[in-house]
Amino acid sequence: MKRLAEILLSKDKTQEIMMGNWGLVRAMIEANVRVVTSYPGSPTPEIATAIAQIPHEDRPFYFEFSVNEKVATEVAFGASINGHLSCVFFKSVGLNVAADSLIQLGLMELIGGMVIILGDDPGANSSQNEQDNRHFAKMSYIPIFEPSSPTEAYQMFKEAAKISQEKKMPVFLRLTTHVCHYKELIEFEAWNKLEFDPSPKFDPDNGPYIPITSAVFPMKRKALKKLSEFAEYADKSSLNFVNDNSNKDIGIITMGLPYYSLLDVMEEMKVKADILKLGIVYPLPQEKIIDFLRSHKEVKILEELDDLVERDVKMIAFDNKIDVKITGKNDLLDWENEYTPDKVKEVLRKQWSSFFAPAQAEDKQKPLLNPRPAQMCPGCGHRSAFHAIRKAIDKDTITVGDIGCHTLGFLPPYRIGQALLSMGHSNGTAAGLSLFNNKRKVVSFLGDSTFFHAGLPGIINALFNNHNHTLIIMENGTTAMTGHQDHPAVGKNFNEVSEKIPILDMLKGMGITNVRSVDTYQQAKLTEAVKEAVAEEGFSVVIAKHPCMLKFTRELAKKKIGNPPKVQVTAKCNRTYECISEFACPSYQINPDGSVWVQEDLCIGDGSCKQTCPSLAIESKAKEEK
Amino acid sequence: MSTNFNILIIGVGGQGIGLLSEALIRAAHYAKISAKGVDTHGLAQRGGTVTSQIRLGSKAFSPLIQEGSADIVIALERHEALRGMNTYLKNGGDLVFYDAVWQALDVRMRQTEEINTKTIEAECKRREISYHRVFKDDLKNSKMQNVVVLGYISKHKLIPGISKENYLQAIKDLLKGDLLEENLKVFEQ
Repeated sequence: MKRLAEILLSKDKTQEIMMGNWGLVRAMIEANVRVVTSYPGSPTPEIATAIAQIPHEDRPFYFEFSVNEKVATEVAFGASINGHLSCVFFKSVGLNVAADSLIQLGLMELIGGMVIILGDDPGANSSQNEQDNRHFAKMSYIPIFEPSSPTEAYQMFKEAAKISQEKKMPVFLRLTTHVCHYKELIEFEAWNKLEFDPSPKFDPDNGPYIPITSAVFPMKRKALKKLSEFAEYADKSSLNFVNDNSNKDIGIITMGLPYYSLLDVMEEMKVKADILKLGIVYPLPQEKIIDFLRSHKEVKILEELDDLVERDVKMIAFDNKIDVKITGKNDLLDWENEYTPDKVKEVLRKQWSSFFAPAQAEDKQKPLLNPRPAQMCPGCGHRSAFHAIRKAIDKDTITVGDIGCHTLGFLPPYRIGQALLSMGHSNGTAAGLSLFNNKRKVVSFLGDSTFFHAGLPGIINALFNNHNHTLIIMENGTTAMTGHQDHPAVGKNFNEVSEKIPILDMLKGMGITNVRSVDTYQQAKLTEAVKEAVAEEGFSVVIAKHPCMLKFTRELAKKKIGNPPKVQVTAKCNRTYECISEFACPSYQINPDGSVWVQEDLCIGDGSCKQTCPSLAIESKAKEEK
Repeated sequence: MSTNFNILIIGVGGQGIGLLSEALIRAAHYAKISAKGVDTHGLAQRGGTVTSQIRLGSKAFSPLIQEGSADIVIALERHEALRGMNTYLKNGGDLVFYDAVWQALDVRMRQTEEINTKTIEAECKRREISYHRVFKDDLKNSKMQNVVVLGYISKHKLIPGISKENYLQAIKDLLKGDLLEENLKVFEQ
């Protein structure tokens, strides 16, 4: 088996097939990054998966999962103003959490340099929106490199690190989901390992670092000056280049993964346009754009998500009095979803229908199939929790979901969690729903990693302002949705054993006396606890606890311990279908004759289903039968 | 375009799509074929539809394939086989699927009927798609269904230019110890 650590730490040139996220780790090593921080969020957590493959003692840089993106940004900032090249990475909406500190970075003299890796998510593959974080670059005066492939991500990270160190400014590296996960052969340079100077370099005179009142203006001026110097660099950079198809009429400006979509679609187009491919998307390379506009009659901006480049290019044309037809988005559909080859074809067809062969008529004879939505895993403690909670609350109870695997509770058959904004929103939102509301109970949900991430302020606010709702903490002992990262209540961080910070103790420390903690597999007890909590006036908490069974069974498998015997449906079955329609463990399947069978590829033998059967028809198989 | 070869792998989260996809990309690489691919991650890991797309050939630019342009759809579940065929497989292509059934909620709740193999076979016939159903009665570990399928693809040379040795080399890159031995055994059968 190939060992990822050996490849990532190779002193010599090497090459390997890997996804963009993993290639970034090699880039960090080659760039001699010293401090890396993050909070897990798709599409970026595989960066940490690759880091974890390198044994702690061999890791050339410090890494931590911080409790949230804001803290992660601050740790990377602190390291940088102490002279260490640092990097922070997180998902698209993670930037919203980081924003309060991140917005200041441009004002600061980052003597060590700092690269911020963003995993934006056009198509909302695993996010609650498809926000375009390029807007943020403008607001914070931070330039953006935008790779189209793993190879470019690897190269651009190193370039971003270099320029960030030179100019002592923060730099964004913006990847989108399918660049993060795109696998190809990456050719790596040799690693010239630098001797590391561990002496702390922080000096207030490097700054100023205190942006208060009139001190803000010189700091802002410095940020803008750095940005304009960066713009000169961007204009000379070969990361912005032209694919010359000798077309004097039509040019297309594009960037990121849509560049490759365009190359695919152009293979079918009757007209081959020239392409200006941008590797630096903010600030734009003015001169290159002016040349490109002047040398074509019509220029299309092919831009995923929002119209930032389109507006800037139109402005450049206006300021320079260039007579060229510039088109960007044609309708609202052009603003949404990932620019896959299919989408790019649709977008370009609207612009130039004559360049394409007529679209083929849809084949209407295809057999229909419903989508298969995500669902909780077999044995998931959340399933038992939702099943029990449904019996405890009234039909008109308002349930407020939060981010995590338990978000899936909104799906049928549970339908618990009816509103969602962001990480940790649930208690603020629930408090608002409880105002002027004597009729309908309000129940909020929160995961355990999210409790620490952004959940605490909402809880403290509920206490502080005497709000009236019930919080159910879905404690599964891990950050499950993003791949089982440890959190402060686990007793272990990314690197070592750490002091446990138990959630129950924290709540009690805050003076919450009406906290009930129940293992979710004890469904009747949980139903009772929720009933009691909801009936109480004021703010009450139930901890619905069960370890993540996906993590648990994987750990068993690693230790070569098998799962307990699987369950079976016995002759006692009266076909009430509670297991299928109410509890809805995916292991329960149905035969054409209406009988129920257990899909053994799925069942993990947890037995949490047995208590849900009114006919007591579910039994574990005998041991030898498994 | 004619020189490219597009592969869609489809299944349900938890079936081992990742390993299968990684093995195919690596096998192509050992066969000196330019290869790229991308998995869908995120929410879909939790029991939803998962796909992995692979593109072979020097004229394949994006790792994402267009609808109706896959030369082969490799599925690890029956319903997903039909879904992959409906969305990505071109007429005249190959469908190879492991005939596991993981019913989605709509089937389990009796809102729709389970798809049977006859439906898939008839649809293949209508669209001139080669139908390859793979199923192994005595497979001890369902987690190896992906490798059974890989063995079938190798044996029937369903991906042009990739030899058995290439696949073996790829599997050896990814697994070690007992797990490697067990998977090689299953691959060879």
